[in-house]
Amino acid sequence: METARANLLEEAVGVSKGGRVVVVEDCVETSGAFVLHHYLKRSLHPDSSDVVVFIAFAHPFSHYERILRKMVSSRLVINGREAREDGLLALYGEIEKAVEIYSSLEGSRTITIMIDDVSLMEVAANGSSNHVLDFLHYCYTLRAKYGCSFVTLNHEDIYSSANMLPLILQSEYLADVIIKAEPLATGLASDVHGQLTVLNKESVCDLGGGSISKVRNFHFRVKESYVDYFYPGTQT
Amino acid sequence: MASSRPRGSSFSRNISSAATSQIPGVKLGPNGTSFLSSGIPDLDQILGGGFTLGSLVMVMEDPEAPHHMLLLRNFMSQGLVHKQPLLYASPERDPRGFLGTLPSPMASKEEKSHERPAEQDVNLRIAWQYKKYFGEQNSEVQRGGKAEYCNDFDLRKPLERHFYSGQRVDCISLRDSPNLAPLLERCLTFSAQISKSDGNITCTSRIAIQSLCSPQCDFSDKEWDMLSFIRSLKGMVRSSGAVAVISFPPSLVSPNFLKRWQHLADTLISVKAIPDEDKELAKLLTGYQDMLGLLSVHKVARINTQVPAILEATTFSMKLRKRRALVLECLNQAPVDGSSGSSYGTSGSCSGSSKTGNLDF
Repeated sequence: METARANLLEEAVGVSKGGRVVVVEDCVETSGAFVLHHYLKRSLHPDSSDVVVFIAFAHPFSHYERILRKMVSSRLVINGREAREDGLLALYGEIEKAVEIYSSLEGSRTITIMIDDVSLMEVAANGSSNHVLDFLHYCYTLRAKYGCSFVTLNHEDIYSSANMLPLILQSEYLADVIIKAEPLATGLASDVHGQLTVLNKESVCDLGGGSISKVRNFHFRVKESYVDYFYPGTQT
Repeated sequence: MASSRPRGSSFSRNISSAATSQIPGVKLGPNGTSFLSSGIPDLDQILGGGFTLGSLVMVMEDPEAPHHMLLLRNFMSQGLVHKQPLLYASPERDPRGFLGTLPSPMASKEEKSHERPAEQDVNLRIAWQYKKYFGEQNSEVQRGGKAEYCNDFDLRKPLERHFYSGQRVDCISLRDSPNLAPLLERCLTFSAQISKSDGNITCTSRIAIQSLCSPQCDFSDKEWDMLSFIRSLKGMVRSSGAVAVISFPPSLVSPNFLKRWQHLADTLISVKAIPDEDKELAKLLTGYQDMLGLLSVHKVARINTQVPAILEATTFSMKLRKRRALVLECLNQAPVDGSSGSSYGTSGSCSGSSKTGNLDF
């Protein structure tokens, strides 16, 4: 039951073939952090040998660890350090080093780089969104070299005014999958926590020569250990 | 729950004072979190127990009325009653003067007198209109179980001297400095001393910052500096297990920065005054005359969990009980057309239509 429902998100996102860029966007009313947890859970599952390089600005690691412990039955340890503020260049250096080390180990494993969240990265960079953009571009180069995936969280509602737009527009343009978490238009309900819109640029359906990227829209309900996804009105 | 408790609530005080074994004023919550009281019993109940330790609470002020001061006063008073160290920053020249206006906890005798009618109502089980009393009963039970967790405060009576004595109370004026570095420095030393003197968290502390971006402060135009200050404060509060309450006037923050501030907050509350002579609203809501204002809860701290907190209602009316104690109540629609007891919005368009009865359902 649980796996069947979780598939609605996975179905929409599709099977990943190597490195992909996923951008998660949320707003004040509805947090999209659970999508990050979903990716974390998938990568850190006891059966998989995948590696996550996690850059946390929003919460201390104990917070994520605690959430993941409920989702993954076995106890897992997150090794990492909280993001420091001595420049994004140094941070990139550390990420590159970590990726290099893990990709040199034997066995095929995918490395996922996650950032929670980009808007706080801007704060750490003292408002220079160009530096953050540069940083993201640097990270994207790792994708070509090592086949890394990227999952980043950002807050869509921050970027409403024109002078702040480049950051969100560029990251949306570069993304393969865009996942937006929004509240229901009718407000929050206790059994529906919001809706997800998944735009998958990879899974294009051919309609008379022109390709159209697929948009899917469904509701979700977040629980401690998993998330229910369902189409509007189909929840029992 | 109510029936399991002995009826004689006048005895509960003694039992509980003997039973508090852990840190005074701290209640354990789910997911390894702990709560401390906001100083308003109803607000504690709405938030599911109080302010989470390690969370950053932001209060959006009303531009015209000082309702946020009520929240700050009760928050600070409760801290002093629990003997928790307190840091207070405000744009006033003499922030220490504000301490003189803190309310005093009510004596138990007065508390009892209002407890009794509520309890009777519950036993009689009067219909839906009295739903609000059930809530009150619950908070009463909590208070009975841990009498010291949350006090009712008498807003007319200043806090007695002896609560201040021998306590760590730091006051800072935001006006003195051209940037936020000194304030951050003070916050850091404040929390460092707390955690150092006690080893691990055996004691919690409260930080209250009033009107952070008010124009009296020189740094009010440095928006990125303020954001990074809030971020640092959030990290500091989380690691030291304190609770910080920041109030700010949202109209003075530019729109996209306002969203950033809201994202940074763990718990987000806004207060609003209600216009004096709004006849439409007065018709729509019962008890409009006694209302001080409206309080909305936009976000509740979610630490160590991914499940969002969905509240039954997000807007509450602030009232004074017997002109003394601050209480929060669900908005109750006046029983004109016999619809449900609580309304979640108070928009003006709603009021017009429900009166004339042209809703077609």
